[in-house]
Amino acid sequence: MKYFHLIWAALFRRKARTILTLLSVMAAFLLFGLLDAVRVAFNAGSDAAGVDRMIVSSRFSIIQSLPQSLLPRIEAVPGVNTVTWANWFGGYYKEPKNQGFNIAIAPNFFDVHPEMTVTPEVREAFQRTRTGAVIGEALANRFGWKTGDKVVVTGAIFPDKATGETTWTFDMVGTFTVKEEKLRGMEQQLFFRWDYFDEANAYGSGEVGWIIVKVDDPDQSDSVARAIDAISANSDHETKTQTEQAFNLSFAKQLGDIGLIVSAIMAAVFFTLLLLTGNTMAQAVRERIPELATLKTMGFSDRSVLGLVFAEAVLLIVLGGVLGLGLVALILPGVSAASGGMLQLPPVGAGTWGVGIAMMVVIGVLVGVLPALRAMRLKIVDALAGR
Amino acid sequence: MNTLKSFLRGLGIAVLIALSVTLWIMLPWPLLFALAVLLGVWMLLTRSGRQASSATWIGVSTIGQRLGASSVIVVGIAGVVGVLVALLAMGEGLTKTLRSTGDTSTAIILRGGATAELSSGLGREDVTLIGQLPGILRDAEGKPIASPELVVVANLPKKSTGSDANVEVRGIGPQAWALRPNVKIVEGRAFTPGLREMVVGKGARAQFAGLDPGTEINLNNQQWTIVGMFESGDAHESELLGDVDTVAAAYRRTGGYQSMTVRLTSPESLDELKAAIATDPRLKVDAKTTLDYYTAQSENLSKVIRVVGITIAVIMAIGAIFGALNTMYAAVATRAREIATLRAIGFRAPPVIVSVMLETMLLALAGGVLGGLIAWLIFDNYSVSTLGANFSQVVFQFSVSPQLLSNGLKWALAIGFIGGLLPALRAARLPVTTALRES
Repeated sequence: MKYFHLIWAALFRRKARTILTLLSVMAAFLLFGLLDAVRVAFNAGSDAAGVDRMIVSSRFSIIQSLPQSLLPRIEAVPGVNTVTWANWFGGYYKEPKNQGFNIAIAPNFFDVHPEMTVTPEVREAFQRTRTGAVIGEALANRFGWKTGDKVVVTGAIFPDKATGETTWTFDMVGTFTVKEEKLRGMEQQLFFRWDYFDEANAYGSGEVGWIIVKVDDPDQSDSVARAIDAISANSDHETKTQTEQAFNLSFAKQLGDIGLIVSAIMAAVFFTLLLLTGNTMAQAVRERIPELATLKTMGFSDRSVLGLVFAEAVLLIVLGGVLGLGLVALILPGVSAASGGMLQLPPVGAGTWGVGIAMMVVIGVLVGVLPALRAMRLKIVDALAGR
Repeated sequence: MNTLKSFLRGLGIAVLIALSVTLWIMLPWPLLFALAVLLGVWMLLTRSGRQASSATWIGVSTIGQRLGASSVIVVGIAGVVGVLVALLAMGEGLTKTLRSTGDTSTAIILRGGATAELSSGLGREDVTLIGQLPGILRDAEGKPIASPELVVVANLPKKSTGSDANVEVRGIGPQAWALRPNVKIVEGRAFTPGLREMVVGKGARAQFAGLDPGTEINLNNQQWTIVGMFESGDAHESELLGDVDTVAAAYRRTGGYQSMTVRLTSPESLDELKAAIATDPRLKVDAKTTLDYYTAQSENLSKVIRVVGITIAVIMAIGAIFGALNTMYAAVATRAREIATLRAIGFRAPPVIVSVMLETMLLALAGGVLGGLIAWLIFDNYSVSTLGANFSQVVFQFSVSPQLLSNGLKWALAIGFIGGLLPALRAARLPVTTALRES
């Protein structure tokens, strides 16, 4: 640490060059931070899914529903704590581009999903109002809905039995919030009552889209899943039971391999960065050969000269990287806000910082290794003579 | 006074850069070509032009001595152009695949308000009614050329991940082959209506495991046989096709269909058809050309891809500009004596500026060509899939078009321009006497 001043002075020996290099490093880590936020947002569903929850859905296809009669039989499986269910509804608000996540839910849905906060008053109003809807705060803000408003959902899969129309109107009874920022995307959902849906839709009743099972002990998930799937084996509604994490992950996977795209881009970016800063460091050392020789003459050991150059390279990258990631942390809330709630990017998490700093140190070491070795092997006489 | 002067100069340069880059991106290629020719003529014919060309030649011929530093520009810009071209090629490929699925001579009829077939539904009586409407082409026997269709989603393991993904299974009517002449059986045979047989699209076969002709697959707990493979060059290649009534029976969807595709008598007769639908109170359906329908499906996603691609490329470009600035400042600094000598023997400032700019832009061009080439080699026709409007996998190919490549080159040259301008101005302003004395 006592050499910090020396390293700092060496780093800013050529201000313009160092600042330009710092800015490139910043750009690279800015990109890293943003892309990682996108990746985290994509995997958020699986990361934070309830560990004690499992999803029972049709084994054949996501669009096949399950008979309601399965519910009591699943509830009777040992190890099952609570059973709730839901139905996908689809539709959009006002214009087809505002696709909605509208879901019909069972009365005890919120009991099993503690990550969604609903006040007792709202729950009570939801119970009272047949056509009630509880809407995520972000979604309500996006369309300016207030409690008591009528919310019109158009183009749903299910026509109304009475009118034959696919336009449904719900009465907003309140909002729910999600505390954890990573999961804020969940606030884009609209929940309404399954009993109302079941009675009013023209496609028949007694069908549920998927069943959510809360188990007593997550370690027993596998055996519980097997017991549940055994109930409907060889019937025309065979089920597939998996943890909520696996279920969500399979959706993220189907969208495309986001992780692969992100890593490919970052590989290109970091390779360029390596070349760029490597070149800068090589230049910096080349210019300072007489100075380094002077240091050695004064008694600095080979090893401490090696350390000085290494430290300079690492400091350069870490400085730029931390500034870049800091910038990401500053602008991410702005990006989410500018998208009008369409995009919910999580703040820069500990994971991103960890990977980011590890990357900085690795790149710093790689960049520093050749110049540092060169500085270490300098022969005082030759260097001072400028040979 | 001095600070004000340098501030104004900085401001002037910034405005100049912003203006010229905007102009640059908007300029069509013929004009750019004309500009290049003009530059060439200037360099060949005028005195200062010849000075510029010889100064550039000195710079370019010494690039070899500064290989490491110069490669920073080339590789940096190659990265920007490669990523930009690859991402935009992905968006373009998706749009191209979906757009080519539709045309203006066929129309798709969905339930009113539905945006995708999966959220639509048509009763059997609707299908009969629609078949009698005007504007629909009829065959020799007077039957409408129309196919009532049903789309269901099946869970099958994907080859790449081994995990289940959704594949689209489409039940088609007997007239569907006449509606989609581009769907051609290339292996095996077509399915026989009434039997549990399917033909698989080339894209679906490539993405999902166990869909080779001759194999049996399990759909909704029933055995189906794949009897052939088809090619269509559009989004249908991601599907399995079977007889609509057999698929309906297997999925217990005997109440009706989801959509109806019809051949119009002419592209203009869509209005006639729409008017007829509007006047029939029994029909609550919308008709649109298949081109509109499939274009709308790709719109959102390709827009997202384009925005993301350009954002990433802009950030990378900023990094590359700093890299280029760094390299060229260093190049100017190491050649300070040469430049000062040139100035001393009578070279004026403009030729010196042009020579540094040209050198940077040549390096940038090399980077752009390299990046575009890599993107083209790796990604052209690279096959990927994503979740489409019907909740199932749509297979499409990256499409690295000449248009994209030329845009990439424009980006490269713009980065080179900005990265070269400031070092060029510094080179021109080098005080001759001090630069000559420096060792």
